[in-house]
Amino acid sequence: MSFKFASSPHQRVKRTTGQVMRLVMYAGIPGLAVQTWFFGWGALIHFLIASITIIVTEAAILEMRKKNFEVAIKDCSALVTAFLIAVSIPPFAPWWITVIGSIFAIAIVKQLYGGLGFNLFNPAMAAYVMLLISFPVQMSTWAIPQALSQFPQSFSDSFSIIFSGFSADGYSIEQLRTHVDGYTMATPLDALKTSISQGLTVQESMQTSVFNNGLGVGWFWVNFAYLLGGLLLLKLNVIKWHIPVGMIAGISILSLMMYLVDDGIYASPMFHLFSGGFMLGVFFIATDPVSATTTNKGRIIFGLGIGAWVYIIRTWGGYPDAIAFAVLIMNMGVPLIDYYTRPRTYGHRTEHKNVIKVKQIDED
Amino acid sequence: MYSDYDHILQRLNQGRLWDFHGGVHPPQLKSLSNKKAIETITMPKTLHVMAKQHIGVEGSLLVKEGDRVLKGQPLTHSTNPFSVPVHAPTSGYVRHIGPHVSAHPSGLPELAVEISTDEFETWAPLEPILDYQQKPKSKIVEAICNAGISGMGGAGFPTHIKSSPKKNVEFLIINGVECEPYITSDDRLMREHAWQIRQGIDILVHLLSPKLVIIAIEDNKPEAIEAMQVACQENAKYRVVSIPTKYPAGGEKQLIQILTNREVPGNGLPIDVGVIMQNVGTCFAIADAIFTGTPLIRRVVTLTGQAFKRPQNVWAPIGTPLSHLLEVGHYKAHKQRDRKLIMGGPMMGFETINDDVPVVKITNCILAPSASEIQAPSAEQPCIRCSACADACPASLLPQQLFWHSQAKEYEKAQEQNLFDCIECGACAYVCPSEIPLVHYYRVAKADIRTQEQEKAQADKARLRFEARKERLEREQKEREEKHAKAAAARKKAMSEKGNDAKDKIAAALARAKAKKQGNTAAPTSQESAQPSNASVDSPQAQQINSDSKQTETSKQDKVAAAIARAKAKRAAAKEAATKETSETAKPEQAAATATSKTDNSAVDDKSDSDKSNSDKTATETPPAKVQSSKQEKVSIAIAKAKAKREAIKKAQQSQSADSENAESAQTDKPQVDTQPNENKPGENQPVDSKQEQPQTDGSSEEKPDPTAKQKAIAAAIAKAKAKKLAKANASENESAKTQSSTEQDNKAPETASKKAPTGQQGEKLTAAQIRKQKVEAAVAKAREQNRIAKLKRAEKAAKKSSSSAADKDEN
Repeated sequence: MSFKFASSPHQRVKRTTGQVMRLVMYAGIPGLAVQTWFFGWGALIHFLIASITIIVTEAAILEMRKKNFEVAIKDCSALVTAFLIAVSIPPFAPWWITVIGSIFAIAIVKQLYGGLGFNLFNPAMAAYVMLLISFPVQMSTWAIPQALSQFPQSFSDSFSIIFSGFSADGYSIEQLRTHVDGYTMATPLDALKTSISQGLTVQESMQTSVFNNGLGVGWFWVNFAYLLGGLLLLKLNVIKWHIPVGMIAGISILSLMMYLVDDGIYASPMFHLFSGGFMLGVFFIATDPVSATTTNKGRIIFGLGIGAWVYIIRTWGGYPDAIAFAVLIMNMGVPLIDYYTRPRTYGHRTEHKNVIKVKQIDED
Repeated sequence: MYSDYDHILQRLNQGRLWDFHGGVHPPQLKSLSNKKAIETITMPKTLHVMAKQHIGVEGSLLVKEGDRVLKGQPLTHSTNPFSVPVHAPTSGYVRHIGPHVSAHPSGLPELAVEISTDEFETWAPLEPILDYQQKPKSKIVEAICNAGISGMGGAGFPTHIKSSPKKNVEFLIINGVECEPYITSDDRLMREHAWQIRQGIDILVHLLSPKLVIIAIEDNKPEAIEAMQVACQENAKYRVVSIPTKYPAGGEKQLIQILTNREVPGNGLPIDVGVIMQNVGTCFAIADAIFTGTPLIRRVVTLTGQAFKRPQNVWAPIGTPLSHLLEVGHYKAHKQRDRKLIMGGPMMGFETINDDVPVVKITNCILAPSASEIQAPSAEQPCIRCSACADACPASLLPQQLFWHSQAKEYEKAQEQNLFDCIECGACAYVCPSEIPLVHYYRVAKADIRTQEQEKAQADKARLRFEARKERLEREQKEREEKHAKAAAARKKAMSEKGNDAKDKIAAALARAKAKKQGNTAAPTSQESAQPSNASVDSPQAQQINSDSKQTETSKQDKVAAAIARAKAKRAAAKEAATKETSETAKPEQAAATATSKTDNSAVDDKSDSDKSNSDKTATETPPAKVQSSKQEKVSIAIAKAKAKREAIKKAQQSQSADSENAESAQTDKPQVDTQPNENKPGENQPVDSKQEQPQTDGSSEEKPDPTAKQKAIAAAIAKAKAKKLAKANASENESAKTQSSTEQDNKAPETASKKAPTGQQGEKLTAAQIRKQKVEAAVAKAREQNRIAKLKRAEKAAKKSSSSAADKDEN
């Protein structure tokens, strides 16, 4: 009798790529829930739009490339991209923003480079940057926390806003973004940036109602939820600690230094850590294995770099938040970092080189 | 970083060990088979003993089909130090010797001895060495080698080599780790035969005198640890060390790192860091070989997996086919849809291609998993660079990068990433979420690189040969030109004296003869150009390649002799004809006559031969010297020569057939050489060719009715004479033009080229009528030239052929 052939090892760990990706999304649920609680159903609706768009796009392109799209879709990597796009864009953004972003992420950033495993850049972040540059108005009209809003929205409100620009009751986005006091609201990072540019100190600018104890209302809890999810991922061994630690260290060190230099102009490290999409970036975006470095040393450098860039752009750059830019910048450096942080192979200690040399001389 | 002995000892005393990078924790599943004692099985009807079961060289067979063999009788033998013999596992008859499916992933057939066993199990005489401590070490090492012992842990490295290192041994590590899941053969052996294993260790200690002996056992085998501790308690030098369970802790390099924190250098051996490692099974076999004289004819094999009804350990004779072991373990064949038999463990073992595969010395386990136990690999998915593999790699490699480069066949980059430091443990593929068979990619890449290196080595060899040949051809060219220059100088001298005088001419001829003689000493080498196989003889680098150089040299000499004989015969014929008509050439002709008489022993006396050939040339070459002095003479000489040549053709045709016989008799070594001598031997035959051909063409032109024919002949003679003169001048000029590819052609090129050149020069001097004749002559010359080129090409082809066949021989 003869047998089927397979190469060793014959035993395998049971965790597949699809499982890894699903775990990432499960860990994102707390963050998504908190975001929905504070900013309405927008994120969830965008996630649905993004998922559908992304699956259709990926299937179409794989079909064109004559590849089996079922396998590719089952690995869930596209859904993770959809999730990241959905939670990154403003909840009030019109539906076509998500559609364009999703198509761009999958078709151009992922599949044109060769599909899963071959993309140089994080698809979700590249799409986000593209949208931010192309549609700055839509991309910067972030919703205000429900608690502060004049008109708390229902699911149908969110749905209607995304598809028509007006809530079910006929209010425009501008009206929805208006504070109970009648002011148009900005995100905490936006607000801080604007006030500082107007010559106010950090303490003065934090007097407005988007802040609470020096942290953004709602944003702290969103970040906190993503932090919890990230810790879960670490616990489950889905991601490694190097990038998160590097990133947190990067922004903390820089912001602490600046904060100590002048706490009137520079916000505290705590504010930076729990503002914008930082924790989402730390655990869910920067840890994307495909576009990150593969060596442990490299991962720390990669994380430090992102953290530093986030702080630099937030503080001195033109944009209020900078996770996407920072990630893309460091993505570009990945091959270089990989090359220079290769671990020393067993049997290649420096003293071994001498041993080897001596040996060769002996043999000669 | 390099831990010294005292530091290591201190750590061991404290019970502290080091760790190695990476590693995985697959489910152990050892309890399936480790509960029952090792069983002796019934002897199978047929055994297939593979001739080579170790790393190194296989021996030559000592038995033939139909021989009766006794249990323990060696079947192979070799004097090569990297070879160990194999033995008959029981008594019986050699039924068949030939290729049999091998215990290798490929299953490619290899040489095996098939033995029909009988029930007697008659032993061959054994030679135990009971007082091994009194015997010289070399004797013990020899006994270990003769017992056919090679590493039984998996690599199959000949044990006697490891038992006689040239460096000092600090640590003798006995490997009882057995880190692969399922396998329990070493575990059971240690539990049941700890005492004999210790005896084996004693012998190794006697041979190696290490400072410390460490017996390393994974902590999932407490019974084995205890048994070994009891067996080794008397000797303080022996340490039984329990190491944490982690795959691949039993890998040689990893175990050394765990125990000593030393790393075996990239392309080194454990002895480079003062360590020798032996498997417990090997120790057992050594004790067997020394104390009872029993060679390695059986080993413990674990039969395990859920497809076995009775998983257990058995003493399997070497050569037992798997089918027999399946019977022993009550393999549940009917329940298996996809039958799968793994030889070795689940991490590094390989799937056998069928159940005829025999047990070899490194077979420690037969794993027959049920379908649910080990699933068929699902489709490979793209790498997501998660680098789980890098975290698992015990060699600190970057498997995802190796995979990337191996897949893209960028082998240089893969080697830059230290592909060859991969131990193929399979930890990377074990953890890969994309289910990429990484190890398979590395194996393919390694095999490809090895093939490429072999090819490169061959190409290098060929290049060396080619360069040596080129150099030699250039040197010969130079020598030839020098020779020509000398001859020209001699002629000039003769010319400057009284040209008419016959005596002077003779003197000139003698001078030329001398010059030629000198040149002729180089002749044998020039003949080599016809035989590229000898090209390497000259080159010092490639000398070892040419084992058959002597032979070819002698045959070459024969050929030379034959050629000379032929040439002489022709020359003589030409001269005989010349004698009748010209009194001027009388004296050289006499010399030629004597030459004819000598043609038979020409092979012996090269000197007189070359003399003659030169004096012979005076007959043809002196006319040009006279051309300038007197026209009439010139004409008469030309006539004479033409006639002589015509006669020569006739004679030559006769003598040629005779010669070819001569040649044949002289060339018994090389039968294929020349029954048609002119075509086959480009280099050596050049002078002969030219002489033979010229008369032919001349003759044909002379066959036309008288006056015009005569005139033509005269013109032809003049043209030829001038051509020759020019050729000589050109030859010296042409020094610079010698690219290797055309060296052979170059030899001819000046001649052919010069033939065209003089026609132009002559045209100025001669009348219109003569110009017409001139044209005819030019046409003839051209035809001749073409003819010659064609011959050259053929010769080149022949040369190439012989060179390629010679190259083939070198390979062998």
